[in-house]
Amino acid sequence: MNRFLLPLGAFLLLAVVLAIGIKHSPEKGVIASPLVGRPAPQFSLPALSDPARQVRSADLKGHWYLFNVWGTWCAECRAEHPVLLKVQRAGIVPLIGLDWKDDNAQAREWLAQLGNPYETVAVDASGRAAIEWGVYGAPETFLVNPQGIVVYKHVGALTDDTWAREILPRVSAVAAGS
Amino acid sequence: MLPELGHFALILALLLAALQAFFGIAGASASRERWMAAVIPAVAGQAVMVGTAVACLIAAFVSDDFSVNYVAENSNSALPLFYRVTALWGAHEGSLLLWILLLALWTVAVAIGSGRLPARFAARVLGVLGVVSFGFLLFTLATSNPFVRLDPPAPDGRDLNPILQDPGLAVHPPVLYTGYVGFAVAFAFACAAMLEGRLDQQWARWTRPWTTVAWSFLTCGIALGSFWAYYELGWGGFWFWDPVENASFMPWLVGTALVHSLAVTDKRGLFKSWTLLLAILAFSLSMLGTFLVRSGVLVSVHSFAADPMRGIFILAFLVVMIGGALTLYAWRAPLLKSAAGFELGARESFLLFNNVLLVIAAATVFAGTLAPLISDALGLGTLSVGPPYFNPTFLVSMLPLLALLSVGIHANWKRGRLKDSERTLLLSFVAAAVLGCGLALGVWAGGGLLGALGATLGVWIALSSLVDPIDRWRRGLSLPRAVLGMTVAHLGVALMVVALTTVQSFTVERDVALAADGSARVGDYEFRFAGVQPVEGPNYSGVGATVVVMRHGSQVAVLRPQKRQYWVQRQVTSETAITMHRGNNLLLALGDDLGAGRWSLRVQIRPLVSLVWLAAFIMALGGALAASDRRYHVAQAAQRAAADALGEPAR
Amino acid sequence: MRARLRPLALLVLAALLRSGGALAVDPTELPDPRLQARYVALTHELRCMQCQNESLADSPVELAADLRREVRELLLAGKSDDEVRAWMAARYGDFILFRPRYAWRNAWLWGAPGVLLLIGAVVSWRIVRQRTTLLGSDDQPVEEDPPG
Repeated sequence: MNRFLLPLGAFLLLAVVLAIGIKHSPEKGVIASPLVGRPAPQFSLPALSDPARQVRSADLKGHWYLFNVWGTWCAECRAEHPVLLKVQRAGIVPLIGLDWKDDNAQAREWLAQLGNPYETVAVDASGRAAIEWGVYGAPETFLVNPQGIVVYKHVGALTDDTWAREILPRVSAVAAGS
Repeated sequence: MLPELGHFALILALLLAALQAFFGIAGASASRERWMAAVIPAVAGQAVMVGTAVACLIAAFVSDDFSVNYVAENSNSALPLFYRVTALWGAHEGSLLLWILLLALWTVAVAIGSGRLPARFAARVLGVLGVVSFGFLLFTLATSNPFVRLDPPAPDGRDLNPILQDPGLAVHPPVLYTGYVGFAVAFAFACAAMLEGRLDQQWARWTRPWTTVAWSFLTCGIALGSFWAYYELGWGGFWFWDPVENASFMPWLVGTALVHSLAVTDKRGLFKSWTLLLAILAFSLSMLGTFLVRSGVLVSVHSFAADPMRGIFILAFLVVMIGGALTLYAWRAPLLKSAAGFELGARESFLLFNNVLLVIAAATVFAGTLAPLISDALGLGTLSVGPPYFNPTFLVSMLPLLALLSVGIHANWKRGRLKDSERTLLLSFVAAAVLGCGLALGVWAGGGLLGALGATLGVWIALSSLVDPIDRWRRGLSLPRAVLGMTVAHLGVALMVVALTTVQSFTVERDVALAADGSARVGDYEFRFAGVQPVEGPNYSGVGATVVVMRHGSQVAVLRPQKRQYWVQRQVTSETAITMHRGNNLLLALGDDLGAGRWSLRVQIRPLVSLVWLAAFIMALGGALAASDRRYHVAQAAQRAAADALGEPAR
Repeated sequence: MRARLRPLALLVLAALLRSGGALAVDPTELPDPRLQARYVALTHELRCMQCQNESLADSPVELAADLRREVRELLLAGKSDDEVRAWMAARYGDFILFRPRYAWRNAWLWGAPGVLLLIGAVVSWRIVRQRTTLLGSDDQPVEEDPPG
């Protein structure tokens, strides 16, 4: 046809791509994790409550758990704390905490003051374990299934909405199926 | 009171822009003289209203009116007056107002200069500019009103981002935007020509000075931004291929092609549809840049706060504006055939290659910048693109261009007669190769193949550019401004190539840890650390280090890098100390306190990096010189006579 | 003045110490200069996941320092550049790489310049051929005044 229509055609195509880009943009700040669908990283770290004891990923196999990365220096973690307490009270999935690059004494005091939603807390002083999980900002929460596979990752403060819409259905679905 | 006045002024400006657009375009199509006569008052009125709005916002900043949300977000009572004014364009809403202000000023300039244009054509040009103004004003009022009030007013402001508290903020955005917005004029000229269904050499002659001036401003604006990043961010980088930088670079590349294409259309009536398309493309890329920065579709250190709502609005605006222009193009371009010819070795050929290569370069940057978006939309997963992609791919189109530049300068119009310049070409190439390789291998030992290649190309371009002016001088001929401008601009290109080559090949960078009185040797220089002291400023406090720089035993400079913490936003910034010595840029940045009086420091030696920005300014100067050539301004009487002959009322 | 500044300065110093600085100054150097060169190149090629548009080499945040340490250790353990990139991408996704992977799904991106050059060459050739034909034997000179 008219080859001068090519620029217009190309532009309209671009507009479509940009429109899709806008639609996806709320998720832009969040990078998709390559860990989803793959086995959770192995770790063996000292526990916060008793540094002589080790928290091992191997021990956690066989049941669902939520792996929550936090620190006392992180404002968003303080904001999500009430939600974590609610999750603990619901008693459906245990919370395993990873205290990321933090001060042990301050962390213990924080949990004493605000309440401890975690079944157990592992201490990552060097930051190496967090890197294995692909953590780039606290708080981050991973849902791991009984086979040790990461099924979901949430970046940012956990909300009631995320719990109800993303985490609970995944846990319940498998329970209902089996 | 004043903010409401400002808001009201913007609404009036919106209405006036609508009138300007309507009277301009409809008036010209219907040949209604009274309507066309109403355009200029509308332009003036809109400019006055926009100016009023800007003045109101400045007043709010200066008087610390924290009941205005925008002021509360971007200012603070401790902020020095200078930054209180420049904070006007420190964030999204205010920078949009700056856009609109500059567009109004450009429109006024065009209106003043429209005296020598035929009435219908001028009305159309101003009308199209009115459409653009209308779109931006509507966008601002609907989604980004800077006059929104805060109730109750904030006790104090959140302060301007410390990185922006710098003289660079005063100049970079205004100059850059002047360039960006200036391409709207070329766009308007193009649309007017398409609406009229006629595009000839005269049209090109009118469009050229406007486009060249806009291009000069954009060149300066980009250079200023790069220079600002260099000394403000302090790690010696001056170009990161960041999406927002690319958003300004793409229009620049296409704008350069446009400037050259206009020359061919002016001279020989050729490349009409090319020139038309480039004019549309340059402004479209400016608009696309605006979109990318404000819509949140791309991640960048540079972008304003993201908001999908704004993104949708700008996208709709883009579709209407650019879609409309491209539809006009599809309709009118087929009629623009010309029967002129030229041969392979002719100047037209080289300008054709120039156009093609610049567009390819722009397309490559485009692909890389939008790759994450495209990959995401096509479901190909997340993709991330940075300098390791842009650097090699940009060179792929630039190296041929730079090589052809030296040859093309000697080509004549229509029949190249390159055979006549064969000897000159050969001599200049050999001289360049000798000088270039000598520079690369001798003065700065090392650098390898790329260094020698870059230096040779740069010197060759310089020599080739000087051949014609020297020849004219020898023959006692005058040197028209247009030729002088072209020569200066091309010399700027040559300098840029040489500077980039040396910076890439010979930069030295090292991080060192020093105790008081400790010293480190980097390159040819010795850096002796003399300790830190506390420093205090109007709205910050911090520590400053003193470092003595020595070379071959004698003192060369004293550098004082600082680390500052701004009180309000509590952001820590590093102020790099920079000094020049014998063409080398020495940068020193203060790192961390390692305890026991030891501090870490980053030392960089960058040879000839200042020449990069000097080269850019020389290019811009060349453009300005060329645009001021008399033949664009003279023969007004002749043009009026021609317009009269056509039965058109010239103003 | 000085007496009043001192407590303030100490406060500032303390704050600056904790915030980790505004620049990614890292004086640790690898023993082998070739390894150091590879380290510098790699840290410029990897994205800081927190600041997202800065490289690991330039980012001042702690995560960047931790990741730089990982790169150093991987290099000392004898890993190749590609293995380091793969290690990072396995944990953070392709987004951490500034250099798009050489994979078929990115072929359009890496191939773009070459394809465009080809198209450009064909288009140019056709235009020049057309115009040469139109030129014919037209030998009328173009006005000598300012070329361009």
